[in-house]
Amino acid sequence: MAIEVRIPTILRTYTGGEKAVTGEGASLSALIDDLEANHPGLKDRLVEEGDLRRFVNVYINDEDVRFIGGLEAELSDGDEVVVLPAVAGGSR
Amino acid sequence: MLTIDRATYDAIVAHAKRDHPDEACGVVAGPEGTDRPERLVEMVNAAGSPTFYEFDSTDLLQLYKEMDRNDEEPVVVYHSHTATEAYPSRTDIGLAMEPNAHYVLVSTRHWAESRGGNNEGPVEFRSYRIVDGEVTEEEVTVVDELPARN
Repeated sequence: MAIEVRIPTILRTYTGGEKAVTGEGASLSALIDDLEANHPGLKDRLVEEGDLRRFVNVYINDEDVRFIGGLEAELSDGDEVVVLPAVAGGSR
Repeated sequence: MLTIDRATYDAIVAHAKRDHPDEACGVVAGPEGTDRPERLVEMVNAAGSPTFYEFDSTDLLQLYKEMDRNDEEPVVVYHSHTATEAYPSRTDIGLAMEPNAHYVLVSTRHWAESRGGNNEGPVEFRSYRIVDGEVTEEEVTVVDELPARN
């Protein structure tokens, strides 16, 4: 069961510069654990206190995972996962 | 240094004025590795706030997929401050995730204060690199047209 994960520029230090890596898992949470095994440090940039970080967006087949279960979102073979940091800020 | 053409510069300023008092935001995409801000993409501020901006998550994905298809990257990431100076706030610095981008800050505060008066106040336009929490201001050069590509 292979899932392609697109990695944003800022996190490519964890993937040896690769734009995309593959991982396995029946849920997003399991996939992130699998990625962490091969790319140590990545998990901490995505997950905080057992939840997705507020300013990291993860999409499964173009759907924001926040609307489909967050870390518990289910994955199947061939799904495409995209990680994108939020573009956000403000004057305070 | 950021080199930007006059039309794109003016369009960013106009966007900031139009969305005032809310923060305006967007990117200028350009071919990967060229440092050329060629294609302005105005984004909706999903926060709709005078003190915060955030690209809508669906729009963000569409934007990055489009840039990917075109072999582009976000050369400029811009947003406006509407009551404070055009300098990155702690929030801006903490959330800056594009180490290769020019972060453009536009401030509409003097312009807004002058409205109704005889002379229109200026809109500040400044550019920064933000890498690992470190802010470096850079010169902005406005040209009539970007030089021809090598």
